[in-house]
Amino acid sequence: MGRLSVSAQWRDWPLVVRRAVPAILIVALVLAGVWSDKLRRSSEVYTVIAAVLVFFLARSAYKGFWLGLERAGVRDARDRWQRQSPLRQRAVPPLVIAPLVILVAWAGGLAPDLSLIVLLAITYLLYLLPRRVRRFALPLTVLGLVVAYPYFIQQADYHRFLFNLPVFSAFPSMDTMVSMIIFAMMAIGLNMVVGYAGLLDLGYVAFYAIGAYTAAWLASPHFAAYGISFDLGSVAEKGILQVGGIHLTIWLVLLAAGLLAAVVGVIIGLPTLRLRGDYLAIVTLGFGEILPQVARNGDKDGLGFNLTNGPPGINPVDPPGFGHWLSSHLGLPVSYLREQGTYVNFVSLMYWTALGLLLITAFCSIRLRDSRLGRAWIAIREDETAAAAMGIPLMRTKTWAYASGAFFGGIAGAWFATIKTGVFPDDFFFNISILILSMVILGGMGNIWGVIAGAAFLEYLNLEGIANFNGWMNGHVLVCDPSKQNPSSVISGGCLNAPLVTFGIYGAIIVLVMLLRPQGLFPEQRRKLEFETGVHDTPIQDESA
Amino acid sequence: MVLVVLVWLGVNLVKTPDDFGRVLLVGISQGALYALVALGYTLVYGILELINFAHGDVFMLGGMISATIALQGFGFSVQQSPALGTLIAAMLVSLAAAMIGCGLLNVTIERIAYKPLRSAPRLAPLITAIGVSFILENVAIIWKGTRPVNLPSNEFSAGNGAQIFRIGHVVYTWDRMFVLAVTVPVLIGLIWLVKFTRQGKAMRATAQDKDAAAMMGIDVDRTISFTFLVAGALAGAGGVIFAFYSTTISFYTGFQLGLFAFTAAVLGGIGNLPGAVLGALLIGLIQNFNEGLSWHSPGSKWTESIVFAILITILVFRPQGILGERTPEGG
Repeated sequence: MGRLSVSAQWRDWPLVVRRAVPAILIVALVLAGVWSDKLRRSSEVYTVIAAVLVFFLARSAYKGFWLGLERAGVRDARDRWQRQSPLRQRAVPPLVIAPLVILVAWAGGLAPDLSLIVLLAITYLLYLLPRRVRRFALPLTVLGLVVAYPYFIQQADYHRFLFNLPVFSAFPSMDTMVSMIIFAMMAIGLNMVVGYAGLLDLGYVAFYAIGAYTAAWLASPHFAAYGISFDLGSVAEKGILQVGGIHLTIWLVLLAAGLLAAVVGVIIGLPTLRLRGDYLAIVTLGFGEILPQVARNGDKDGLGFNLTNGPPGINPVDPPGFGHWLSSHLGLPVSYLREQGTYVNFVSLMYWTALGLLLITAFCSIRLRDSRLGRAWIAIREDETAAAAMGIPLMRTKTWAYASGAFFGGIAGAWFATIKTGVFPDDFFFNISILILSMVILGGMGNIWGVIAGAAFLEYLNLEGIANFNGWMNGHVLVCDPSKQNPSSVISGGCLNAPLVTFGIYGAIIVLVMLLRPQGLFPEQRRKLEFETGVHDTPIQDESA
Repeated sequence: MVLVVLVWLGVNLVKTPDDFGRVLLVGISQGALYALVALGYTLVYGILELINFAHGDVFMLGGMISATIALQGFGFSVQQSPALGTLIAAMLVSLAAAMIGCGLLNVTIERIAYKPLRSAPRLAPLITAIGVSFILENVAIIWKGTRPVNLPSNEFSAGNGAQIFRIGHVVYTWDRMFVLAVTVPVLIGLIWLVKFTRQGKAMRATAQDKDAAAMMGIDVDRTISFTFLVAGALAGAGGVIFAFYSTTISFYTGFQLGLFAFTAAVLGGIGNLPGAVLGALLIGLIQNFNEGLSWHSPGSKWTESIVFAILITILVFRPQGILGERTPEGG
């Protein structure tokens, strides 16, 4: 049990320490925000964060107050505490504490203006909601914030309204957000294979590539060279339509991409899925290397038929849109490219659609997990032999896991191609497979919310976070002389060039998670038990004990 | 399929016998290099059933160590070919340094990253190994930057050596000899170590059954560490040969070459030492036939696909490899 020793030691520490450490961290964060002169406007948000923390600690403090009274000699103090209604237990303490918070803020030089008080009041009301409603309050708030994100970020001076992230300095841009969502979709897809069914797939990027190329074949002038011309509900510009090629509406393209990826998944899976564990991982890695090479070489020279247009890739791919009929009947945008508003424009429409696709993916994933098929996956993951003995058809069940994982990977790939309005074979490296895998591992194999969080975080790091951190280090910590910097080395001229080692950081994350917390940051309960007690080496006698 | 390949080879042999002979010799040299790396995979797999993904990167770091010694220690400059004496001295010194360095590195990796996971689900150490592989690649980036490190072309570098003997138009040169001159003694040493020493016996016993070996008084942890030490030293030797032979090495070298070597180990039968050598020679030949022959060969841009297709085919249809024994996992 060596690998669990760290978490075990953590549990051995006194409760006070365990509560205090995160509290101190958060308070430090708040203080950093309040006292940083760069983040002047952000103090409101930090104050609200502090208030929320105080609210949630308030009940314990209030209880402590009554217990203290009892210890001091008031006889029925404990009973009086217990007789209070839960609402009162929660409602009273912040009423005492909130004015104190405002007072402290005021003493600290922050005029408690109206907006702050309104924010505090809203927080308080959310806090007072009954538990059953509060369960949904957090997801709904997060969803609302995510949906409204383009309205914040696309304001030129959004920093006045939002606080800056410490160290990472800026919020993710719209493009990064779209990418984060696409990777979250892929991570959910991979999670079905790795997290639910326990089959390690090291070549997931292949499905992503297939999805992207399907979009390129079905919605671009690519096949015009072979005299094929076909248009169904496409919203491409007239000039492009005249060239020819296949132009299908994006919604059918998405479906086709998913289905084709699933079919390829079945074709790859049927011969290989009877292999167990690491052999399967290597086979998938092989496919993950072969398919991108086919994409790179798939032009006239390499294949004798221009399938993928070789290294330059296929460009342009049609933009998405709803077409004229839906536009005139439902008021949906004809083509995303034609929307040029400040907030409602190409990139935010892409974002919302991706978000919708992500929600559908997450929903399907959860429903699949709880279905007969999903329970069969988990049974196979926990003990293949026992699952087979219980009558689960191993091959069929695993093939379904593979196909469903591939389906969502394909959709994500197709959406990726339409966003970049092109497909480029160099986007499909082995590294990407491992990036997606580390998202699943970091978030917690099997737990879909953890996987989404892991994907968002790692893709943010990949596109912006590490670069921002690097800029902050060079500006604040190191003595950097850009004129002496060598772009191909990590440390030169006093400057750090951290983006070069992005994948080293992922490697370190993978190793640290596997060693210290193999169930991931937000583990699925069941998976956690597997890692703690071990699946295969639990003696049968223990079951009755 | 095999028939088609044989016919293709035969036609090539008849059409361009000189090319064929030349490619054959290069292929054997390259195969010998793969063998050094493939043996590391096979040794570790045999004892832990772990595909040590980081092995290729240990090999790459061996090459980096040797390049550093040649460039900094012996003052090689890229423009000028070194004298033969200095070259051999540099080669021997870096061989010793890289074998020791990579061996210790491999042991450290095992202690830190794999040992705590020995009782975890089987995929956990594999995933960790991938993480370690990425870390090692990035250690090389931090150390040497993203650009490849270049050595001067020398008597041992590919296509550069003096002639030893010739048959018709086919010339056998020192650079090809050099690879074999390092590889063959190392292989013989390895076979002696595994077959005829106490430590080798302990390794074989541990590979067969860890619990039983422990009961017989074998220190299993030490034996596993020793296996990693040997595997790392082999990879280090491979790295040195690669650095001098191809004269250019970058942080990415280890990944692809590692996968090829792994394919070789699987082809021969993973866990089987002679199998790894046989598989490595085959992979070396296949790669060079593909890249060097002119009549209807797919060419170097399909090499990876061909090697991985072989890997997949072997795993699917004959997971025990050419010489290996059938394992339940492959079944």
